[in-house]
Amino acid sequence: MRFVDEFRDAEKARALAAKIAGLCEPGRQYKLMEVCGGHTHTIYKHGIEDYLPESISLVHGPGCPVCVIPMGRVDDAMHLAADPDVIMTSFGDMMRVPGSTGSFFDAKARGTDIRMVYSPLDSLKIARQNPDKKIVFMAIGFETTAPSTAMTVLRAQAQGLTNFSVFCNHVTIIPAIKAILDSPDLRLDGFLGPGHVSTVIGCRPYEFIARNYCKPVVVAGFEPLDILQSIYLLMLQLAQGRAEVENQYGRVVPWDGNLVALRAIGQTMELRPYFEWRGLGFISHSALKMRSSFERFDAERLFSVPGVRVADPKACQCGEVLKGVLKPWECKVFGTACTPETPIGTCMVSPEGACAAYYNYGRMNRQRVPVTIERSRP
Amino acid sequence: MTTLDREQQVLDRIDRARRRRPKVREERITMSHGAGGKATHTLIEAVFLDAFRNPLLAPLEDSACLSVDGARLALTTDSYVVSPLFFPGGTIGDLAVNGTVNDLSVAGATPLYLTAGFILEEGFPVADLLRVVASMRDAAAAASVQIVTGDTKVVQKGKADGCYINTAGVGVLSDAVSLGVAHAQPGDAIIVSGPIGDHGVTIMLARGELDIEADVVSDTAALNGLVSGLLSAVPSTRALRDATRGGVATILNEIATAAGVGVLVSESDIPVRPEVRGASELLGIDPMYVACEGRLVAVVPADCASLALTALRSHRLGAESAVIGHVTADQPGLVQLRTAFGGTRIVDLLIGDPLPRIC
Repeated sequence: MRFVDEFRDAEKARALAAKIAGLCEPGRQYKLMEVCGGHTHTIYKHGIEDYLPESISLVHGPGCPVCVIPMGRVDDAMHLAADPDVIMTSFGDMMRVPGSTGSFFDAKARGTDIRMVYSPLDSLKIARQNPDKKIVFMAIGFETTAPSTAMTVLRAQAQGLTNFSVFCNHVTIIPAIKAILDSPDLRLDGFLGPGHVSTVIGCRPYEFIARNYCKPVVVAGFEPLDILQSIYLLMLQLAQGRAEVENQYGRVVPWDGNLVALRAIGQTMELRPYFEWRGLGFISHSALKMRSSFERFDAERLFSVPGVRVADPKACQCGEVLKGVLKPWECKVFGTACTPETPIGTCMVSPEGACAAYYNYGRMNRQRVPVTIERSRP
Repeated sequence: MTTLDREQQVLDRIDRARRRRPKVREERITMSHGAGGKATHTLIEAVFLDAFRNPLLAPLEDSACLSVDGARLALTTDSYVVSPLFFPGGTIGDLAVNGTVNDLSVAGATPLYLTAGFILEEGFPVADLLRVVASMRDAAAAASVQIVTGDTKVVQKGKADGCYINTAGVGVLSDAVSLGVAHAQPGDAIIVSGPIGDHGVTIMLARGELDIEADVVSDTAALNGLVSGLLSAVPSTRALRDATRGGVATILNEIATAAGVGVLVSESDIPVRPEVRGASELLGIDPMYVACEGRLVAVVPADCASLALTALRSHRLGAESAVIGHVTADQPGLVQLRTAFGGTRIVDLLIGDPLPRIC
C-alpha cells in the first residue's frame, strides 16, 4: 500500500540498525524516551526493539492522553453523563478508563447515554438530531486534538447551537516533559519528540531541552522506519557530543507549527493555573480550559462538577511507568490484577499506554534481529 | 538476578494468571461480551459452560458432534443482529444461512437442514422482510440446504432493531472426520482461504457514520463446497474454523490454547485487500481482528500444505488461499506475528469491541 509500505521496509530497517549499533560506545548504556504514546504503540506493534542493541533502552513517556487523566476527572465526567438530559460523547479510548465507579462502558450498560465518536464534529450532528438533550463532549488530548475541539466549538458558535458543550481536559506537553527532566529519579540521554503534537506546536518549544538540559531531541514520525531513523539521529548527536532539536518528521511537521490551529486554540481556550496529571501530580500551567468568552460551551460552568480529587488505587504504579522510572512489567500488579480486560491503571487502557502496548504485543521472549554492526567515524 | 530473568519471572506469573478459571467481574453485560474476544470467552466459559457442562459442549467447537443410533450428526445454532440489514455483498438473510452452514461445514459435516427463528420489531416494513427472506431462500438453495421449520415473534417498537434472526442447523458427519483445534501439532501449516476482514470493514463503512468510502463487499458465502474439496484432498486435516467475530486472530489464539502449542504467522503472508488495509489503517483497527463471513482457517500437517492449497485454490471461494504460518512447540498458548517490518509481536485475543453488531 502506497505511503505505508515504504516506511515499513525491512531491508532499510536492517541497514539503519547496523548504523545504530555502530554508534554505541562499548560499555555505555543509553536511555532514550519516546514522549508520545503513539510512538510506544508503533514500537511494540512492529517489534522495533528487535532491531536495537541491548545497550539502548527505550523509556516510555507521558504522552498518552488517556493515561494522564486523573481518576477524579473521570468521576467528574461520569457525574456529568449521569444527568438524564445529557448525552456524553467521547473518543473510543476513553470508554474503558476506570473511574471509581467503573468505566464509561459500565455506565453505558447501566443505561447512561454515552456515545463513541471519531471526531468531535460528530457531537454537533448528535446535538442537531437531539435538540431536547444537552450534548457534552469529553475533550481529551494534547495539542494534537485541542485544535479539533477548538474548531468544533467555533463551528457550534457559528451554527448557533445552544445544546453543545465541552468538558475540557486538554493538556500541554511541554510542562510534562519539564517535570520529567526535573524529576530526580530518572537519567535520560535524549528524546524522541512527539510528532503529532509538533504538527501543531512546531519544534521551537523543545529548544530549552537542548539548551538548558543538554539533551538531544529528534521530532519523530509514526511509521517504524521514522522511529528507527530518529533513534539513529539521536545516537549520532550523542556520538558527536551535540544536543540539538532536529526534525525527522519534516514531511508533516513545520518548524513553526500550525499557526491556524494555534490561533483556534488561543481563541477558545486558555491555560489553567494548574492541573492534576495522573501519576505526575499537579503541574502548573499544564492544561487548557474554555475561555470565559466561550463559557456557554464550557460544561464545567454549565453543570455542577464535583471536582473531587480521587487518589489512584494503592497498587497502581502508573505514575512511575508514565515517568519512565518503571518498565511496565516492573509494576507490582502488571498482567495479574491489572490487564487490558480489567485495568486498574490508565496505562493498561489506551492502546497508546505503555502497559497495554507491552501486554498486548510485547509479552514474550524477544529475539533480536541479527545485525552486522556498521562502524563509521562520528 | 538479571533484568531478563526478572522479566521472565513476570511473564511466567502472567501466564499462570491467564490460566486461572475465568470469572465475569462485570455486574452487567457490556458490548465487549458480544465481540468474540476475551470477554466473550470469559462469558461463555464462566456462565454457559459452567451451567451446561457436558462432554459434547466442552470442546466449544462451532458445532456439537453427536451420535444418534449409530449416525454421526453435527448440530449448531447462531443468531444474527447485523446492522444495517442490507449491505454491499449481502443481507442479514445471507448471513443467517451461510453462517450456520459454515459452522456445520468446518466441523466436517455435510449441512442438510436449517431452522429459522425471526424476532421482528413492530413497524418493520414487510417489503424488507420479503427481501430478507428471498435472500435466505437463495442462499439455502446455493448451499443445498433446506429450511424446514421456524418461529416468528413480534416485539413492541423500540424493543428490537427491525429484524433479528436465529438459525440452527444439522448436518451429517462421515465416520472418517474428526476435526478440532485441539488436534493441532507442532509443524502443522496454517492456511487462510482468502483475503481477511472484508465483511467487517464493509459493514462498518455501510453504516455511513465514518465518511469513508471504499470499494469493498462482504465475503458472505457458504463454505461447504470448499470444505468438502479440501477434506477429500487432505483427509488428515486437523482443524477448520470459519473466521467470524474476532477474526483470524481469535482463531489462532483458540488453536494455541486448545492444543497447548505456539503459533507463528507472518504478516506479509496474510492476504488483506488494499481497501481493507487502508480503511483499517485509518480507523486504527487491525484486520486480524476483523470478521469474515466466507473465509476459513485450516490446520493441516506440514507435508500436506501444498496439496491443501491446491485443493482450496481450485474452488472459486478459495482462489486466494495462502499459508500464513505454522504451529510451533515453543511458547505454548502464545500467538506470535513476524511483522512485515521484520520484528516480532504477540497477537492476543481481542479486548473490547471496535465493531459492534457485524453479524
